[in-house]
Amino acid sequence: MPSAAADRPGNGTPLLEVSSLVVHHGQLRALDAISLRVFPGEVYAIIGANGAGKSTLLRTIAGLHHPTAGSVRFDGEDVSRVRPERRAKRGIVMVPEARRLFGSLSVQENLLVGATYARPGPWTIERVYEMFGWMRERRGQRTAQLSGGEQQALAIGRALVANPRVLLLDEVSLGLAPVVVQRIYGMLPQILATGLTVLLVEQDVSQALRVATHIHCLLEGRTTLAGKPADVTAGQVEAAYFGLGPAAAAADGAEAADTPGAAGGGSADAAPPGEGSEP
Amino acid sequence: MDWVNAIIQGILTGGLYALFACGLSLMFGVMKVVNLAHGDLAVVAGYVAIGVITVTHVPVLWSFLIVVPVMAVLGYVLQRTVIQGALDRSVLTTLIVTFGLSVVIENGLLQFFTANSRAIGTGLGLVRGSFTLGSQIQIGYLLVVIFAVAVVVLLVLQYFLTASKYGRLIRAVADDREAAQLAGADYRHVFGIAAAVAFGTVALAGIAYGMYSQLQPTTGTDTILLFAFAAVVIGGLGSLWGTLLGGIVLGVAQQIGAQINISYEVLAGYLVFLAVLVLRPQGLTSRRAQS
Amino acid sequence: MSTVTEATVRPGEQFRVTRSRRNVAWTGAGALIVVVALALFPYYVGPGTTSVMVQAFIVLTLASMWNLLAGYAGLVSVGQQAFVGLGAYFVLIVALGGISPFAALPVAVISCAVVALPLWWLVSRLRSGYFAIATWVLAATIMLIIEKFSSIGGGTGMPLPGFTGMDPALLTAYTYWAGLIVTVLALAGIYLLLRGRLGLVLTAIRDDEVAARSSGARVGLARLLVFVVAGAGCGGAGAVLAISQLQVQPSAVFSVQWTAEMAFATIIGGLGTIEGPIIGTAVYMVLQQTLASYNAWYLIVLGLVAIVVALFARRGLWGLVDEHLNIRLFPVGFWLRTPSAGRRGARGGTRGAARR
Repeated sequence: MPSAAADRPGNGTPLLEVSSLVVHHGQLRALDAISLRVFPGEVYAIIGANGAGKSTLLRTIAGLHHPTAGSVRFDGEDVSRVRPERRAKRGIVMVPEARRLFGSLSVQENLLVGATYARPGPWTIERVYEMFGWMRERRGQRTAQLSGGEQQALAIGRALVANPRVLLLDEVSLGLAPVVVQRIYGMLPQILATGLTVLLVEQDVSQALRVATHIHCLLEGRTTLAGKPADVTAGQVEAAYFGLGPAAAAADGAEAADTPGAAGGGSADAAPPGEGSEP
Repeated sequence: MDWVNAIIQGILTGGLYALFACGLSLMFGVMKVVNLAHGDLAVVAGYVAIGVITVTHVPVLWSFLIVVPVMAVLGYVLQRTVIQGALDRSVLTTLIVTFGLSVVIENGLLQFFTANSRAIGTGLGLVRGSFTLGSQIQIGYLLVVIFAVAVVVLLVLQYFLTASKYGRLIRAVADDREAAQLAGADYRHVFGIAAAVAFGTVALAGIAYGMYSQLQPTTGTDTILLFAFAAVVIGGLGSLWGTLLGGIVLGVAQQIGAQINISYEVLAGYLVFLAVLVLRPQGLTSRRAQS
Repeated sequence: MSTVTEATVRPGEQFRVTRSRRNVAWTGAGALIVVVALALFPYYVGPGTTSVMVQAFIVLTLASMWNLLAGYAGLVSVGQQAFVGLGAYFVLIVALGGISPFAALPVAVISCAVVALPLWWLVSRLRSGYFAIATWVLAATIMLIIEKFSSIGGGTGMPLPGFTGMDPALLTAYTYWAGLIVTVLALAGIYLLLRGRLGLVLTAIRDDEVAARSSGARVGLARLLVFVVAGAGCGGAGAVLAISQLQVQPSAVFSVQWTAEMAFATIIGGLGTIEGPIIGTAVYMVLQQTLASYNAWYLIVLGLVAIVVALFARRGLWGLVDEHLNIRLFPVGFWLRTPSAGRRGARGGTRGAARR
């Protein structure tokens, strides 16, 4: 593995380290030798088209899928075989795709469930109410009465009250109006200010580039690009996203596994993409 | 006057049937498990109560304090082992396994305790007594007590599910098991708690029926399980208070049937069940009113 | 697509989709020899053996029907005793009209199929576990209704008329043949059904019900057909039961024990294969005969074994045989053959596809 790059924040040990992860859905290889390292305080964005394996990666880190090979290390410990609820208690908390709120519970009860096994930390239900003003007065309502953006806010609140060390956000913008997405991402600085690390999956590349300190592009289960947003060109991202162009023509997947975090100097640690097959 | 009497008796028996039904409904609502051994376990609880009373000579009411926790622990253990094991495989496996348990328990009871019926002697004159309303309506104290117990059990269940930490987790896991895991909840443990609560009500049902009537090895299926199921369907799947309504409708139908001809008692209840199935398959209470 | 099957497709390779790994004709010939041999049994063995065989035929027919319901259509019925009882009672009713019980047998089978239609209409509203108990309630209801008619014996039942003056040896042999015919027709019927369109539809439903629905499979119709066939089959078994017992008693013919036996035999033998119920019936008969003097013990043991098998060897005893020896006596699935890959390659590579 390459050594930690000098330009990454939180020098030293990564909080979350994924090594050569392979995940199968039945016979389909959904993730093929994915490696990444997330350092404390980062906003690490995973981008890619539909079916690239972004959600699978996040769900595997959360413990909902079992890898066929490779490992997930959290704070130096191998958690690959740890059940999702145990990972949550250790501080890996995910906001799942499509919110997945508890439909027969009220807003407040959703937060209470999130806080049941909380680690000690700055986040409380009260603090979530302060961040999302509307929530307090509507705490007795069922989640079905909330708008899409409000539901997403509640899902994030439910995860925050567990006081995660790393927050996994899966497709926060899915199905929401752009203005609502802006508002939700606008909360990110407040969240980061409490010392959290964020690993997010985003289909909207421009959104990801705006908020992330590090991006990682997947295509058909393989890494096609990884680096700091400032160091990658729009063309590189486009090529990595769609698997087009010269950047996507050469090399094989084995190298791609080793590239994340390999940025030397200031250039993007653009990984050679996987086999130049059609999407 | 006989008809009024039949209806009153029917309503009161409805309490007993709600006791039969609420555990079955809870297990299905939370784990999607239809426990085909539900009734047989109630009979086991009744037999254990008889055993406890015979051996220790404690009064009937004290036997509750022993049997209900014992059954709750059994429920937790069974859920964490056999039922969860079946659930991890498929819904079909849960049916096969609980049906297997039902047959094994029933025939085991038959083998060890013969087909003789046994009653739980209450030893309390008051409970065996009755009072009269007007000139013809006679109401047994026992049925009134059982009805009251059923209402209290449903109130406690509702309070537990809405206001306690584990009740909230049970509802969360029933809604979305995976999301609950992501919030740190071990759904297997939560299922175990739900099963413990359900088995506690099963114990009450078995003892109550043993006091009201008589227990036989076959009582578990031909009476308790089938009546419980009929009450659940009539009341509406997944509704807690629906089990009381369903139990009352079933009880009234049976008593009216019995009023026509004593041999029509059970059949009348089932015919009402089938009618509800045809006319209102979602049950009398429209949607899941309670969790 | 990158990896759909592990078997790599080489250009120009010849593929053949076949039903079986061995020639079907051999199985057919083998089955014929077995049936002929069984048909000759009454000439060589005593009535004690034939009566045990009749019992085995009844259990095998019932288990095969339950297998069709649960193993292929996903319908776990705990109320199949309804059809056992109805089959027995239809024989009784026709025989009371002065017709030979043997002639009444086909009438009972057809009547059960007809009765299955409205019963399906009632229970098909409920799914999985609730479907299971609903069938059970239905069976109990039907028994309670039948008990109301004193002309057919009411709650105590009555002996089956029409056997007076018949040579006991001949009666035993006829009963045996009736049982054999019902069983052979049941097995052949299921085999042919599953090889046909219904088999494909049921496989599609088993793999993915939603996808099957949206691709135009008539899921409801397929399940209805299975329920009707299973009703007829269990009715046939019930009719043979009535003839072999020479009497019909409501609590005996409508006992849930019948469903317990057919379900446990199927699960132990192997759910979802035609061979499973045959193996399961053999296990059942051995247990039942060995533990005959210990009352209900055979059912307790059978139930415990079924629980263990359901939890730890989901494909039953036949599944274990199939896994190690790769044998399929009644192939209803498809098997992909690649000449170059040879036997072992084809086995490993297309296992998932061929399994169904």
